[in-house]
Amino acid sequence: MKHFLAGILAATVLTATAASAADFKPAILYDLGGKFDKSFNEGAYNGAEKFKKETGTEYREFEIVNDAQREQALRRFARDGASPIISVGFSQAAALEAVAKEYPDTQFAIIDSVVDLPNVRSILFKEEEGSYLVGILAAMKSEDGKVGFVGGMDIPLISKFSCGYKGGVKSVSKDDVVFENMTGSTGAAWNDPVRGGELAKAQIDKGADVIFHAAGGTGIGVLQAAADAGKFGIGVDSNQDGLFPGHVLTSMVKRVDNAVYQAFMDAKDGKWTSGIQTLGLKEDGVGYSVDEYNKDLITPEMKEAAEKAKQDIIAGKIKVHDYTTDSICPY
Amino acid sequence: MMDLSSLLDLIDSTIRLSTPLLFAALAGLYSERSGIFDISLEGKMLIAAFASASAAAVWGSVMLGLCVGILASVGFSLIHGVASITYRGNQIVSGVAINFIAAGLTIILGQSWFGQGGRTPSLFGGGRFTAVDLPGAEAVRDVPVLGPIYSGILSGQTPLVYVAFLMVPLTWWILFRTRFGLRLRAVGENPAAVDTAGISVTWLRYRAVIICGVLCGFAGAYLATAQAAGFTRDMTAGKGYIALAALIFANWKPVPVMFACLLFGFLDAISIRVGGVELPVIGQISVQFVSALPYILTVILLAGFVGKATPPKAGGVPYVKER
Repeated sequence: MKHFLAGILAATVLTATAASAADFKPAILYDLGGKFDKSFNEGAYNGAEKFKKETGTEYREFEIVNDAQREQALRRFARDGASPIISVGFSQAAALEAVAKEYPDTQFAIIDSVVDLPNVRSILFKEEEGSYLVGILAAMKSEDGKVGFVGGMDIPLISKFSCGYKGGVKSVSKDDVVFENMTGSTGAAWNDPVRGGELAKAQIDKGADVIFHAAGGTGIGVLQAAADAGKFGIGVDSNQDGLFPGHVLTSMVKRVDNAVYQAFMDAKDGKWTSGIQTLGLKEDGVGYSVDEYNKDLITPEMKEAAEKAKQDIIAGKIKVHDYTTDSICPY
Repeated sequence: MMDLSSLLDLIDSTIRLSTPLLFAALAGLYSERSGIFDISLEGKMLIAAFASASAAAVWGSVMLGLCVGILASVGFSLIHGVASITYRGNQIVSGVAINFIAAGLTIILGQSWFGQGGRTPSLFGGGRFTAVDLPGAEAVRDVPVLGPIYSGILSGQTPLVYVAFLMVPLTWWILFRTRFGLRLRAVGENPAAVDTAGISVTWLRYRAVIICGVLCGFAGAYLATAQAAGFTRDMTAGKGYIALAALIFANWKPVPVMFACLLFGFLDAISIRVGGVELPVIGQISVQFVSALPYILTVILLAGFVGKATPPKAGGVPYVKER
């Protein structure tokens, strides 16, 4: 019996070491909302899938269904020897910080937040720049000078979207009105399309005819309500133009897919760097989408104005305010 | 701040938001009046929302979706019924179990059928309930006062909204004017007396539970195919519990139930509109406070103003025939 137990013990130890010494094992942890939210998480998923297709390397993934799972899942990945581990979303920051300290040799990356540790890559986007561009498009498309914004959870990151958007709208016409609503103040605010639809309807009742959402899964309801009322929605994060063809003016795309793909690739090629990585218009980290679904909605003048603003921002002639620096929106 | 048209929008939104609560609360009314406590309204709504959205997505017919949603919900009701009527199990435990099963099952099935992370494909065209215009709505729009009320509030709702509000007088009539209703109330107060009269307690309670399932089916189908266009995970978002609160708040009576649901719907609608708006004196109200408002009010109303909630006497107690 003793021998048997010792045998089992030895076997466990052996497999454990084998696992940690195993070859390249990337992993990705999605945030609430799930990997098919047609938005932020789906972008990350697409990036990981692209990596898998090109390199043939399998990756591990997990979708959390409640907040408590974050740390467990990260620790589990780390213990199993996965590296790099990408956690998608700002709400993972606390969990990631705890786990990254325990596993200093594992490479971590977080999207949309900063974790200041030597083994963590923090990937940020200049959402305000992309939002500024779709703000211009929204203001030019609007017939009565009233546009809307529906945010998910009430956090500085989302105010960053709305502030850039406002800036873009006001750059077209100072008198334009932007209605702004946040869905809620908990994680559930990312996944409540019914409430999103009601918020959009309320804005449409007030006269809004273009509505930009930065609300993850909630935003599907926003786009739906806009399409039902014959108005326009603006998608976010992933290209959502095809969701309601003819009624999604454009999408403020955040190239989470590129960031995830790049992180996996860097780790694979041994070019991993930690620290803060900020992706803006210049790095092609954000932008607006034009495809077969919305090309007829955007007039040449609109496109010209947006392209000009894009060049100006890249050249530094226009400085779009970043809400997270001082929690004030000057527009 | 509030002109006529925004007031109408507010009422309109109130009605849209209270409809699922009303269906669910009436569902609970039948079940609890018969003596079967039902905290699984939430789970049954969820499974019905999922089933109706799936069926509507696959077959493109919203009526078929509604039927499948009702079937799914009745199926869950019967599980609750078997556990708590036939096997005399604890009704709260059985209800909690159903809520958990529904939350897990919808995501797993949704993922394996549609591969969209527990979401069903977006519904469009015949797959959704769309607004119906009542006859003459356009014509009377300009009549002062009554015109906007008729065309803006009464007309232009989805068919299920009318069904929900018609269920209120119907429920009152069934409960207080029919033999079935009398027996239903009696079995929730004193099942032994009903049994002595030679009426089957078991069959009566099963019927109540089935009606509860049907109404929860309507509630779920409304959420997924009328209010939204498709199922998303956990889309009921606690509405089943709010409905339960409304039921208790209204002392298990159909007409007060309607007003309680309208109140909760109104709070929800207000919270959507008041967020981010500058109000005189108070200034801007924070989103946190606004979204907590319905719950704060629920606590206040339930704790202070209702006075005494008197549930059906035999509620929650399995009936054991004396030998």
